[in-house]
Amino acid sequence: MIGPRDTEHLVVNIGPQHPSTHGVLRLVAELDGEEIVNVEVSAGYLHRGIEKLGEHRRYHQLGTLMDRGDYLSGIHGELAAALATEQLLEVEVPPKARWLRSLMGEVNRIASHMIWYGTFGLDTGAMGQFLYAMRERETLLDVLESVSGQRMMFNYVRPGGVIADITPDAEQKLRTFLRTIDTYIDEHHALLGGNEIFQKRVRGVGVINREMGLSFGLTGANLRCSGVPYDVRRDKPYAAYGELEFDVPIGSVGDAWDRYLVRMEEMRQAARMIRQCIEGLPEGDVMAKIPKVVRPPAGEVYACVESPRGELGIHLVSDGSDTPYRFHYRAPSLFAVQVLEEILPGTLLADAIMLIGSVDILIGEIDR
Amino acid sequence: MSAVSALILPVLAAVGLMLVNGVVLIYMLRKVLGHLHLRLGPTHVGPKGIVQTTADVLKLLSKEDVRPNGADRWMYVLGPVIVFVPSLMAYAAIPFSETLRITRLDTGLLYTFAVLSLVPLGVIMAGWASANKYSLIGALRAAAQQVAYEVPLLLSVLPVVMIAGSLDLGEIVAFQTGVWMGVVPRWFVLLMVPSFVIFMIAALCELNQTPFDMSEAESELVAGFATEYSSMKFGLIFLSEFSNSFVISALAVTLFFGGWTLPFVPESILAPIAPIVFVAKTYAGIFVFMWIRGTLPRVRIDHLMNLGWKWLIPASLVWIMLVGVVMKLAAPGGVG
Repeated sequence: MIGPRDTEHLVVNIGPQHPSTHGVLRLVAELDGEEIVNVEVSAGYLHRGIEKLGEHRRYHQLGTLMDRGDYLSGIHGELAAALATEQLLEVEVPPKARWLRSLMGEVNRIASHMIWYGTFGLDTGAMGQFLYAMRERETLLDVLESVSGQRMMFNYVRPGGVIADITPDAEQKLRTFLRTIDTYIDEHHALLGGNEIFQKRVRGVGVINREMGLSFGLTGANLRCSGVPYDVRRDKPYAAYGELEFDVPIGSVGDAWDRYLVRMEEMRQAARMIRQCIEGLPEGDVMAKIPKVVRPPAGEVYACVESPRGELGIHLVSDGSDTPYRFHYRAPSLFAVQVLEEILPGTLLADAIMLIGSVDILIGEIDR
Repeated sequence: MSAVSALILPVLAAVGLMLVNGVVLIYMLRKVLGHLHLRLGPTHVGPKGIVQTTADVLKLLSKEDVRPNGADRWMYVLGPVIVFVPSLMAYAAIPFSETLRITRLDTGLLYTFAVLSLVPLGVIMAGWASANKYSLIGALRAAAQQVAYEVPLLLSVLPVVMIAGSLDLGEIVAFQTGVWMGVVPRWFVLLMVPSFVIFMIAALCELNQTPFDMSEAESELVAGFATEYSSMKFGLIFLSEFSNSFVISALAVTLFFGGWTLPFVPESILAPIAPIVFVAKTYAGIFVFMWIRGTLPRVRIDHLMNLGWKWLIPASLVWIMLVGVVMKLAAPGGVG
């Protein structure tokens, strides 16, 4: 490398209107040539006041707000809100509803990971695999549309259960999907991960080690890539995860390549869980008896789920009225975006864009 | 034909060819990328969407020509022009057939490369004058990259020139006419595999094409040096890009795939269709470029520099030496 240069640094404003900051994220990067010296993450351009709005909505309506937080994995947001409400109310959810929650959660996880996979490739300059990823996502969105009537803002999981049973059409589509998904993931893996250029770009870049991951409060694949096997589904089981068999993939180095491998494996595991859910789906109701307007007793709870981006938590405080006193949303992306300030300096501008993709952030839930 | 029209007609022909090429290639790019990506590409404007590009050109022409406040007025205007003109000039020496070419140059190969290496100048002017940081980074990347790859590109074709014994593109094609041992076409691609591989890599780089498109890296630099350009100024940059890929592909065809000739086809049948054969081969080459573009991710700038300086240049030098030694040994009256 060339030694220290006595040259002026260039401050570049990456975003909020930039094609690959995954929404309206703004990075103020100080460049020395191509190398990033310092970076400041600036969020808040998509703030819609979801948490404050939640204080003026009834408990049943929280799910619709959560859909608009992490809009790529609405099921998980709804589920967290529903779990928190159920804890306050102390209601029991029928078994079938629990299994359907897991089933749709995993369907949604693959759909969300497909977006991550596609845009990660786009960030490294590849274009083809993005549209191949859309092919798989399309089937999954059809499934979710078939059961909930919506492709993005599902409002499918509600306090007390889920709104509808799986439709024969959705089941048919899922069975077809499960027959092909492993081959498709192999294909994706060969197309992007098997590429020498891609591997050279992601290996050893953006290392998040164990200490960094834990001190930044990272969760999900961003933490697991450094070898910490923390997964809410296994460590604090909710829905039907206690009864499902699955592995928690972990990485060793913590670089972008490990994060890639962990997420690819998560898709396989999700497919495995969907298979189990379809086969083992219990009979019975999908919704508990629950009043139309709930007034939970005063108290506070924290409920969390493993969203595709990590631990998504809801902190609910009730004062006994029909709206929450406080509604807080722990967004895993908010923690992931902060680690960028730590891992970006020292890398090249091209790596910066790739690393934003590698931590899989979603502005909707950072800014909420 | 008067002297003036003899001068002007070929130029007009080149402009016409370039424009037609641009329109056809943009449509082709969209369709090829579309089908590679499980999409259909344009379908609405005209049958199978063939008028889509025309509609886009009309749109470009009718757009407001925006000049950023901080831009350097003259450089900003000159940039796209300097990008465009060499692309146009590069058509001059390309032999479409034995007779059909704009001008016959003894140093056709050298001329084409010399003209094409003017393009980075325009790119730097455009990037600097735009008063945009993304443009500036894009322009500097383009400069570094094209300087680095000019060298292996030229070195890679030297062995071809050594064997053919001419810099005239027509002569090089003539050398490749016919077959060896009754079955193998005398194409240089079969004789000069290392040359061809280096040429293709360097050509992709020269063209700013994926996987070496970091000067316009749309996911990093928005549109690189072209970010601030709108209307027909952008049109010129865009057009010159497609025109360059035609020229480079045409060079590849001329140098390695026998130009307008086809093996096993007698001269009498070939003569009238020679230009068609040439264009078909060139388009096949462009298809390969597009295929690569639809598939591969982007190389990082430092990897690119390493590849160019540390691998391609030494490799081509070694290859030149090998070819030289073999030629010397095989030549009548040589050492062997």
